[in-house]
Order: sequence, then C-alpha cells, then structure tokens
Amino acid sequence: MANPQLIMYDEEFKQINAVIEKLLREANAKVIFLVDKNGQLITGCGETERFDTTSLASLTAGNIAATGGLAKLIGEKEFSILFHEGEKDNLHISIVAGRVILVVLFDTRSSLGLVRLRVKKASEELSAIFGRLMQKSEEKEKSGESEFPFAEITDDDIDNLFS
Amino acid sequence: MSFINYASREINCKIVYYGPGLCGKTTNLQFVYQKTAPEAKGKMISLATETERTLFFDFLPLALGEIRGFKTRFHLYTVPGQVFYDASRKLILKGVDGVVFVADSQEERMDANIESVENLRINLIEQGYDLDKIPYVVQYNKRDLPNILSVEELRRELNPTNVPDFEACATTGEGVFETLKAVAKLILFDLKKGK
Repeated sequence: MANPQLIMYDEEFKQINAVIEKLLREANAKVIFLVDKNGQLITGCGETERFDTTSLASLTAGNIAATGGLAKLIGEKEFSILFHEGEKDNLHISIVAGRVILVVLFDTRSSLGLVRLRVKKASEELSAIFGRLMQKSEEKEKSGESEFPFAEITDDDIDNLFS
Repeated sequence: MSFINYASREINCKIVYYGPGLCGKTTNLQFVYQKTAPEAKGKMISLATETERTLFFDFLPLALGEIRGFKTRFHLYTVPGQVFYDASRKLILKGVDGVVFVADSQEERMDANIESVENLRINLIEQGYDLDKIPYVVQYNKRDLPNILSVEELRRELNPTNVPDFEACATTGEGVFETLKAVAKLILFDLKKGK
C-alpha cells in the first residue's frame, strides 16, 4: 500500500507531546499541531481551543498535497517547508519524517528565524520518534500480535453508531 | 489509511465521495451536515468557485460515537467532479479508506458516469489502491428526476462487481445515510480484518 496505516501508542504519544510542548515554549508559538499527510490530526498543544484544529488539519494536508503537486510539475520531489504570513498570525508548515506535517502558528512575539531554528531541532527529535513508531508497528504486525480493538466488532456495534 | 491512536483511544477514517460534475456529491455532504447533531460534527468546509462548483474539496468531520471504547471519527471528502480538476482529485484520494461513487441517474449523464468510474480506477491505481479491494459503494442519485435510467441499466454499466448500491435523492436526503452507513460498515469490517 502506498501509505501504511499510522498507529500511535501511549509511550510515543507522550514523547511527541513533550517535543512539541518544548517547541511551543522555545519558539514562543501560539499553537503547534501535527497532522498525518492524509489530513488527520495527530496531536496539538498551545491555544488549541481557540482554533478549529480538525479543519486546520485537513486544509493543511490539502495544502501540502497541492504544493507537492506543484513541486512535481517543476521537477522537485516536494517542498519541505511552507510559510504563510498574515497581518497578525503566521503559519510555518514543514514535513517531518516524510509523512507527518508539523504546523506552527505564531505572532509578533516570535519571528520566522526563531521558529525555523527551533523547528529544525524539534523535527530531528520527532523523526526519531516516528521512526521508532513505524518500527514498532511493523514488528507487531510481523509477530502477528493483534491488539486491535475492533477484532471482536459485531454488526450491532456498527449499527449502533448510526442509531 | 486510517489512523488509530491508542493513547487517546481514537480511530480516524477517510471516506471520499467521487463522481462526475454536478452529480450531487456536495449535496450528499450538506444533507449529512444538516441532519447531524451539533456535538457529532465539525465545521463543513467547502472550497468552491463563485458558481458553487467544488474547486478543491468539501470536508466534513463526523464523530459517530464509540466502538469498544474507541471514539470513531469519519472524515468525509468530496472531489471536484469537473473533468479538468483531475490533479485535485488525485490528491484527495491520498490515504482513502473507503469510496462512495455518486452516479447521476439521468440518461444524458451516462457517459460522464462511465468516464468518472474509469478515472476513479486509474487515480486509485496511481495512489497504490485497487478499486476492487477497497471498501466501495455506489449511489444512483437524482432518482426523483423524469429522464432517468432504470437501476438495472445503471447497475450493468456502473456496478459490474456488484458492490452495495443505493438509490438516492440527495436534495431530499433519501438514501444519503444508507450510503454512508454502508461504506462506513465496510471500512470497519476491513479494519477488523487488520488490513
């Protein structure tokens, strides 16, 4: 399959949150969130309640996909960083570990230079965590270890979702 | 592909509504949006032209409740149906878990339907998917109009593999939730098999 399933475990989730919380502080950012390239929000920190992070996630992934399309048209593999400057707020978007999107929302309390610097450091840490995560998923799959919550799912369970 | 988060006990799946221009993909999502309780839905986002034709995609996040302690979320997307937006359609199929093909039942739209199904198959292959192997349902929309083909005729041309199919009128909502429920069910069963 083109894009293997993303599975998140407790241990790595805590590590990821620790990295983005540190980035939030060090970059003086307002909100930071991580999105799967398919548009699904992985996690976020900062003033997340002020923003519609689900919509932001899907639009960010759409944006990355569209920019990736543009990149291919000019013979680039992808553009790894996007920056959107607004009157008050700015968005710094970057691709981490080839499949996850890191979004940093910041205002005049920070600067593009500082954000770029801190994002670079955090990206390395996040890449290492996602590398471990992928490895863990593969190992679990190979060993046939299934802890999938839907293994015992029934027709009734699904019907109840729509009742 | 779906995203399973054991830490926050959530599962996220992506459903894409595909079909020719003006077949009613956006109307399907609008009906789902109108009829869903506020706490279960996020904002519906439509990236449309001034004439309301979908330019990039429509997006509707739905939280359908819990299964075995996991919050189940479906992200509904439509593609732009107009032929020249093929690049956008390809992008939206990235990471898809299930597809709804919305056919326009009107006689004069049959060629457009066939072209769109072929385009779906090709674009899925480019993303590494096989239409015959992913959760897939067909909806025959606009059953309320006068110049429509019979379901048998539509089925013969558009559903040779006999996947679940539904008659619908997206403007009144007939068949809309039946279609969504069917594709969601196929996705969940697919996940159960550990695909």
